[in-house]
Amino acid sequence: MSQHTALHAKHLEAGAKMVDFFGWHMPINYGSQIEEHHAVRQDAGMFDVSHMTIVDLTGARTRDFLRKLLANDVAKLSVPGKALYTAMLNEQGGVIDDLIVYFLQDDFFRVVVNSATREKDLAWINQHAAAFDVTVTERTELALIAVQGPNAKAKVATLLSSEQQSAVEGMKPFFGVQSGELFIATTGYTGEDGYEIAMPAEKAADFWQRLIDAGVKPAGLGARDTLRLEAGMNLYGQDMDDSVSPLAANMGWTIAWEPSDRDFIGRSALEQQKAKGTDKLVGLVMEQKGVLRHGQRVVVEGGEGIITSGTFSPTLGFSIAMARVPASVGDSAEVDIRGKLVPVKVIKPAFVRMGKKLI
Amino acid sequence: MSSIPTDLKYASSHEWVRHEGEGVYSVGISEHAQGLLGDMVFVELPEVGDTVSQGDDCAVAESVKAASDIYAPLSGEVVEVNESLADAPEQVNTSPYHDGWMFKVKISDESELDELLDAEGYQNVIDEE
Repeated sequence: MSQHTALHAKHLEAGAKMVDFFGWHMPINYGSQIEEHHAVRQDAGMFDVSHMTIVDLTGARTRDFLRKLLANDVAKLSVPGKALYTAMLNEQGGVIDDLIVYFLQDDFFRVVVNSATREKDLAWINQHAAAFDVTVTERTELALIAVQGPNAKAKVATLLSSEQQSAVEGMKPFFGVQSGELFIATTGYTGEDGYEIAMPAEKAADFWQRLIDAGVKPAGLGARDTLRLEAGMNLYGQDMDDSVSPLAANMGWTIAWEPSDRDFIGRSALEQQKAKGTDKLVGLVMEQKGVLRHGQRVVVEGGEGIITSGTFSPTLGFSIAMARVPASVGDSAEVDIRGKLVPVKVIKPAFVRMGKKLI
Repeated sequence: MSSIPTDLKYASSHEWVRHEGEGVYSVGISEHAQGLLGDMVFVELPEVGDTVSQGDDCAVAESVKAASDIYAPLSGEVVEVNESLADAPEQVNTSPYHDGWMFKVKISDESELDELLDAEGYQNVIDEE
């Protein structure tokens, strides 16, 4: 029996094509994935991401706990509301999940983790929280709507109270603030400006409808995937998992090595991986016809790798991919597309951000 | 429920054929099939002059979701392909039975028509999926 978000009826009402997504009955598109993609790049679109797992961590030693649990360092978070993207590693230095952590108060942090990894994440967090007397509370009563695109903030503003408007005014990227019933954060998974807004589930359908009325276009998981891939953002389970080092998943920038005496989980394994060298995650661009797909073999200088995520890029008009390849990779490679070796360009894994083509 | 015109014949692999006269049949994919594939981004067509046999994979429909083989529903010679799909593959989504046609075959074996499904038979195939 699949789970439904608070917006399930709204998706059916809009005629969405629904799919099973790790146990959740979610919209893949509302007609055209490509149109939804363009709506986010050019105007404003919204996603129901209520299936994601919001977890509140409370207790006097929450910061110490997170400095142990996470590869990035929450000591960097000094201003209330500030957020951080980070990996949560196992002892072998593999990625259990990637997540965003918000610093709300000295004894109150919020993390948002993937829905597909919910159970193992909660088990891992709980296992380590006990030693720090941290209380772990899953916020299943909250719905989460991501409103993204160059006009997203302006359209959301028309729904906000004056108090909420002033709470978010001038808020920089990667901040979150609770105002009234809304937790409004300047985060997202599209490479565009916008908000992710958590609210009581029973308010979600009305809020969603008011966003539609304000001209925000509903977008499904299909567009969410092409947008995040254009932005060069990883998808857990595809671009990395428990067996992959963050160093081999373009997440090196999220590892806080300093201070060197911070003994976060996975640190010693990571140090060995770093000394030995790892594969790397690169971007691929194929300007000729065809579409790069997950699982295709990539032949590079000095070895072979694999496409972790591939798609047609609606913004660029040709195919792009992320691939894990030997570090010896040069600036070109060949991809095995159904038995044919097709030449591709190798670049850093970022293709489109803030409406701008990066290649 | 997707539309299945009764004046066409269908293969269980979701292609349709329409008689254009003089033994020439146009081929496309059904509305149901385009819905499963999602937005089309490239359609790789056969060449005019190619000889195809019933059941051969002779074209590829690449959507945002997947690459899918298109099988020749009838044997014969490819006499025309829908060049406009190169610039506007989305016609397969918006007009699967008309503007989204893919290629035309001058058939070599009339008896193969009997192996194709009528609208009702094709509906049963979809229902069983």
